[in-house]
Amino acid sequence: MTYEIILDWLQASLRWSAPLIICAMGEIFAERSGIINMGIEGIMLCGALCGVAVSYYAQSQAVALFACAILGLVLGLIVAFLTVSRRTNQVVTGLMINLLAIGATNVIFSVLTVMRHKRATTFGALFPESMHRIPLVGPVLFAQPFTTWIAIFIAFIASFVLYKTRWGLNVRAVGDNPQATATAGLSVIKLKYQTLILSSIAASVAGGILTLASSGYFAAGGMTGGRGFIVLAAVVVGGWDPMRTMFACMLFGATDAAQLRLQTTESIIPTQFLQMLPYVITVVALTIMVKRSRVPKTWGAAYDGRRS
Amino acid sequence: MNENSILLKMQDISKSFPGVLANDHVTIECEKGHVLGLLGENGAGKTTLMNILYGLYQPDQGKIFVDGKQVVINSPSEAINHGIGMVHQHFKLVDTLSVIENVILGIPTNKAVLDFGPAKKKLEKLCKEYELFVDPEEIVWRLPVGKQQWVEILKALYRDCKVLVLDEPTAVLTPSESDQLCRAIRKITEQGRSVVFISHKLREVIEITDKVTVIRDGKVIGTVNTKEATQSILAEMMVGRPVTIERKARPIIKEHSAVLVMKNVNAFDDRGVQALKDFNLTVHAGEIVGVAGVDGNGQRELSECIAGLRKPSSGSITIQDKQVTNVIADPSFVGFIPEDRQKTGLVLDFTVAENLLIKDYKEKPYVKNGFLQYSEIKKHAEHMIKKYNIKSPSGDIKVKTLSGGNQQKVVIARELDAQPVLDVASHPTRGLDLGAVSNVHDILLNERNRGAAVLFISAELQEVIALSDRIIVLYSGQIMGELDGETADQFTIGQMMLGQTTEAKK
Repeated sequence: MTYEIILDWLQASLRWSAPLIICAMGEIFAERSGIINMGIEGIMLCGALCGVAVSYYAQSQAVALFACAILGLVLGLIVAFLTVSRRTNQVVTGLMINLLAIGATNVIFSVLTVMRHKRATTFGALFPESMHRIPLVGPVLFAQPFTTWIAIFIAFIASFVLYKTRWGLNVRAVGDNPQATATAGLSVIKLKYQTLILSSIAASVAGGILTLASSGYFAAGGMTGGRGFIVLAAVVVGGWDPMRTMFACMLFGATDAAQLRLQTTESIIPTQFLQMLPYVITVVALTIMVKRSRVPKTWGAAYDGRRS
Repeated sequence: MNENSILLKMQDISKSFPGVLANDHVTIECEKGHVLGLLGENGAGKTTLMNILYGLYQPDQGKIFVDGKQVVINSPSEAINHGIGMVHQHFKLVDTLSVIENVILGIPTNKAVLDFGPAKKKLEKLCKEYELFVDPEEIVWRLPVGKQQWVEILKALYRDCKVLVLDEPTAVLTPSESDQLCRAIRKITEQGRSVVFISHKLREVIEITDKVTVIRDGKVIGTVNTKEATQSILAEMMVGRPVTIERKARPIIKEHSAVLVMKNVNAFDDRGVQALKDFNLTVHAGEIVGVAGVDGNGQRELSECIAGLRKPSSGSITIQDKQVTNVIADPSFVGFIPEDRQKTGLVLDFTVAENLLIKDYKEKPYVKNGFLQYSEIKKHAEHMIKKYNIKSPSGDIKVKTLSGGNQQKVVIARELDAQPVLDVASHPTRGLDLGAVSNVHDILLNERNRGAAVLFISAELQEVIALSDRIIVLYSGQIMGELDGETADQFTIGQMMLGQTTEAKK
């Protein structure tokens, strides 16, 4: 019995961490370029609704994810225009996006009445059914929806892009010293737009995966339940490094999954306390880890090209 | 002179900012293979002119010619394409990246994946060619400032620039590094490249340039062949009146009680590296002790320890027999002129009056029952503005709108007006023009004559020698030697600054 619970927990841990990882990889690039995209919570929420809705109407998960990407692109452009071109405060802008997203998804979801009773089909597993029966690794790894594997793959890609490509070098440079990057002949504004759009697409797709990989159901109001904020924390805990951030996301995913499992057991601890678990772990991890990581130097600061 | 030999020409350039005409019909020319000196005081418009050349600003009018062809430069990348390389006064390097990463940053390429192999080879070749050696793998913040300068120069050469602009390149270099830079500049010009050398240090300009264009208040005062120029001619062109930094006569002070006594002081810098090692120093009333040395050899930590801003790890510091334990915020006891007036000395967004009050805001009559008395504060400010000749229309304007020299006067007025027993002046003339420098010198000399103990920290040898009664040379946190101000010579101090004692030389 307990063995099965543990297996189930491990399986769910990875499944829950997939959207976190995908979202975090985008956020790493945005923050490395100096911009905190605080709006990822809201963008994720929009992506979650977009994912189920499009999947339901189009009957295609690929189309659904593509729609999420387009939505992310549009929202990313808005965030970039505000924070980069208009140099608004990044935290306030992000909070605004988050509040708007809660309102907008509630309204749209209330219009889409059919979806309240139907579930969208969830993602299938990458590996054939027969492999799921292998002890331990079967249920934990091979029964994963294919998005879990994609998330891990994306983390490796992100690491490669950040450290081994020109563009990654440019991103690392711009967050630490935008003036130097500008005088080296690069466009600071363009780079920041690129990373912000990337992070928004990642957040939106992560939202889509959040619903399509597990329940296939959108819950109005609190679907993302602060996962975007947990990603922000994971990026800091992971020291803006893709690999370390991936592990941070897995840690948070695991506590999230544990919390859900503990609620169903007849534990004497009230569920409200259990629900706090992921957030408590986040705060603890932040206090322990934050000192050791190196913040991008212009983190959260607006870049004014006229002052050099 | 043949028209074709002109590699760079900026003709009739004008640029105004709100309230200032930074460049007023400026024309400069630089021949192929020559070094053009651009001489002028701070705020004369040299850097604005070069920022126009580098595409960071657009001129209101005027034309730029490179190699005889008129060009329009809208961005740094266009400037780079036209063969213009620039080493800014404040380095434009990404600290957290390695040397090679900084060098290739922004170079257009078809390859998406980084490949450092060929870049490293090319960089190493350049290092050898110009004798500017740096390790391509080293992270930039770990390099001393001198080496960072090499990285900047190599970065420009790597992009195969035709014109290399060096903005105040020697400000951060030791004398031997300056020589190294001179050699590199000669090699660069031998290949038909041109160098624009911006400075306000006359000696260097005379040493290295072929021609000098002097700029004052945004206008070109004149261009002279360096061979025909002397320091005094150039200085006069630059300032508009004769100036000298010479040792002034001073009365002998009889009272010689020790004011500042430091015994076996050890201290660490922000990175946790030991910055002061068993440091012993006594400064008496009525003397100026000059601290010479290359920046970053413990000067900052020394001044901060005395002011109580940094806790020594061991040893004792007493001022008039009082142990320094906490921050000293009493200007009638210690006057502290910090090295960075804009960050530590002033609150730039506060007004002049508020800045003058920062250390007295709890005192009567400026505060009554917990409320600030603005009429008193204003009166105080007007008085100080007059007394210290601060060029500010009133006490109500923000201190950041003042020039560097006048900002420093605000700091000095606040710190020294209460007649402290000890003055600690850390690089008080840094970035000031000649007129303001001599003003600061006069003030410090008056302080000494009044009977204050003065610790004067500076990286400029000339002024240390001109002002000090006694000179100590700081090298990696230790006193390398002590000299008498009357008889000290630049060569000996220069040797000590590099860590060589006179004994070692023999």
